[in-house]
Amino acid sequence: MASDHNMNLKPEDFLKIGVDEKEAEVIQRESLSAWQDSWQRLRQNKMAMTALVILGLIVLAALIGPLFSKFNYYSNDLLHTNKPPSSDHWFGTDDLGRDIFVRTWYGARISLLVGLAAAAIDLLIGVIYGGIMGYFGGRVDNIMNKVSEILYSIPYLLVVILLLVVLEPSLGTIILALTITGWITMAWIVRGEIMQLKNREFVLASRSMGAGSARLLFRHLLPNAVGPIIVTITLSVPNAIFAEAFLSFLGLGVQAPIASLGSMINDSLTGWLYYPWRFLFPAVLISLTMLSFNIFGDGLRDALDPKLKK
Amino acid sequence: MRMVRYVANKFFYMLVSLFVLISATFFLMKAIPGDPFTSEKKVPPEIKARLYEQYGLDKPLYHQYFKYLGDIAQGDLGVSMKRLNQDVTHLIGQTFSASLKLGVVAIIVSVIVGVILGMLAALYHRKFIDSAAMVIAVLGIAVPSFVVASILQYVFAYKLHLVPVSGFKGPLYYFLPVAALSAQPIAFIARLTRSSMLEVLHADYIKTAKAKGLSWFAILSRHVLRNGILPVVTYMGPMTANIVTGSVVIEQIFGIGGIGKQFVEAIGVRDYTVIMGITIFYGVLLMLARFITDIAYVFIDPRIKLSGGKEG
Repeated sequence: MASDHNMNLKPEDFLKIGVDEKEAEVIQRESLSAWQDSWQRLRQNKMAMTALVILGLIVLAALIGPLFSKFNYYSNDLLHTNKPPSSDHWFGTDDLGRDIFVRTWYGARISLLVGLAAAAIDLLIGVIYGGIMGYFGGRVDNIMNKVSEILYSIPYLLVVILLLVVLEPSLGTIILALTITGWITMAWIVRGEIMQLKNREFVLASRSMGAGSARLLFRHLLPNAVGPIIVTITLSVPNAIFAEAFLSFLGLGVQAPIASLGSMINDSLTGWLYYPWRFLFPAVLISLTMLSFNIFGDGLRDALDPKLKK
Repeated sequence: MRMVRYVANKFFYMLVSLFVLISATFFLMKAIPGDPFTSEKKVPPEIKARLYEQYGLDKPLYHQYFKYLGDIAQGDLGVSMKRLNQDVTHLIGQTFSASLKLGVVAIIVSVIVGVILGMLAALYHRKFIDSAAMVIAVLGIAVPSFVVASILQYVFAYKLHLVPVSGFKGPLYYFLPVAALSAQPIAFIARLTRSSMLEVLHADYIKTAKAKGLSWFAILSRHVLRNGILPVVTYMGPMTANIVTGSVVIEQIFGIGGIGKQFVEAIGVRDYTVIMGITIFYGVLLMLARFITDIAYVFIDPRIKLSGGKEG
């Protein structure tokens, strides 16, 4: 009988297993900081990771690419103008016989420099201005916010064009002009984050322990707002790169012999139906750069937003 | 009453911004070394003094400033520095129609194509159409309009001879510039429509509508589209800015004699009065677009609560 079989139990089978309290406290999974968590989520996003790798390659090539060629970006060679790509000139030459391979990477360097420098200045001004608005609130915030709103509603590219018409275009003035109202978005992001954070308990705790405004702002509020700030930077770099290219188009970009991707595209347009390579390389590179920044920025936003956690 | 306050508030902001822009043009123009009559030719001081008197340049700065503001209020943007007797307001009037036609067509195309693309992507979420639409959207945002324009020109006009390379004489001439101008707005609108429609499609009132037995078409047109299209309305202001600044480049590439082309040429020869005049004109246009967007949004979406016109 089946029940006989079941009756065959030993006393030890009835011992209490119990809960080992020490065992229960053991952390089974590695604990992850918010950054590690975000990084894991970012790594799962194949598009964003591809974009990141491409960006890394572009930066690397912009830095060391010109070293592999025996040409430089400024020397004219009037015997070899508008030559198609060959074993000598890998990307061909332009109307003054300058090597396009070297100029493309050199131009990428300038475009990236403009984009990153503009984003860095936007960050600096935006964090200070937005931090003050968000932290102090009240009348200070009201007035500063109105000023920023008025500045913001003046069309961005118009201000940039106006400034560069008056200041003669150079690398410095271009970056300056791009940041003249570019910081406002950043300031608003910082303001919003800080307003949200400043009434939280950990801020209150720190304040009750005697922390001053500076400590609260730089130790507690800003570090917690880093996520949205980084996303804003990643998306503002391609904007600056595009704006510089647009300015090149108006003759207000970097001046020859310095090249940027935008100025190379603009120079190539006069005869590009006959010499497509002059247009193709910088155009593909600028598109790829902007594409990668955009995709990576989107991925980063998703990764840093815990609400999207599955 | 709240509505009136909101509109008045927005209008006041627009005027202040405009005033800042106009003042900036005046003082920047004064900051440029030299004056309109600096030239290679030696001009006798008497004649120079006479010229200064005629254009009011002998008066103190604040006097010139107020005269400048007054002139602009009356629609007088001054006279070109490089072209003899070319009135800037007149120049804008002459070239505006080409730019306007191009811009309006581009806006209409952007909205229609963008909304359809976004809608298809939302309805076929995670299917092939969705991915394809989003690839188009990402490309549209990342590839600068002048690159799009050049490629279109090369493929469709130069290689395939389907449309003219440049000029602006008939319906055929619209295709390429409009496509290049609306590429970026289409991408933005498609993304906006897609994400808001995805949200709407999961809303309870859509389930209710289905449960009532409404036809799919009725649900789409009456409920989904009407609610899903709201974010697109907020994008109207930025889109106008995008298309206006884009047209500066596109007109140049396709040889269209609009304001944008005048602007580029004026910048090329540093014709300051024309540059400032067109800047002010663009400024007025774009700020008006923003103002109308702000107002329209409140009228369209009854859920928006007005609290003295202050946004969070």
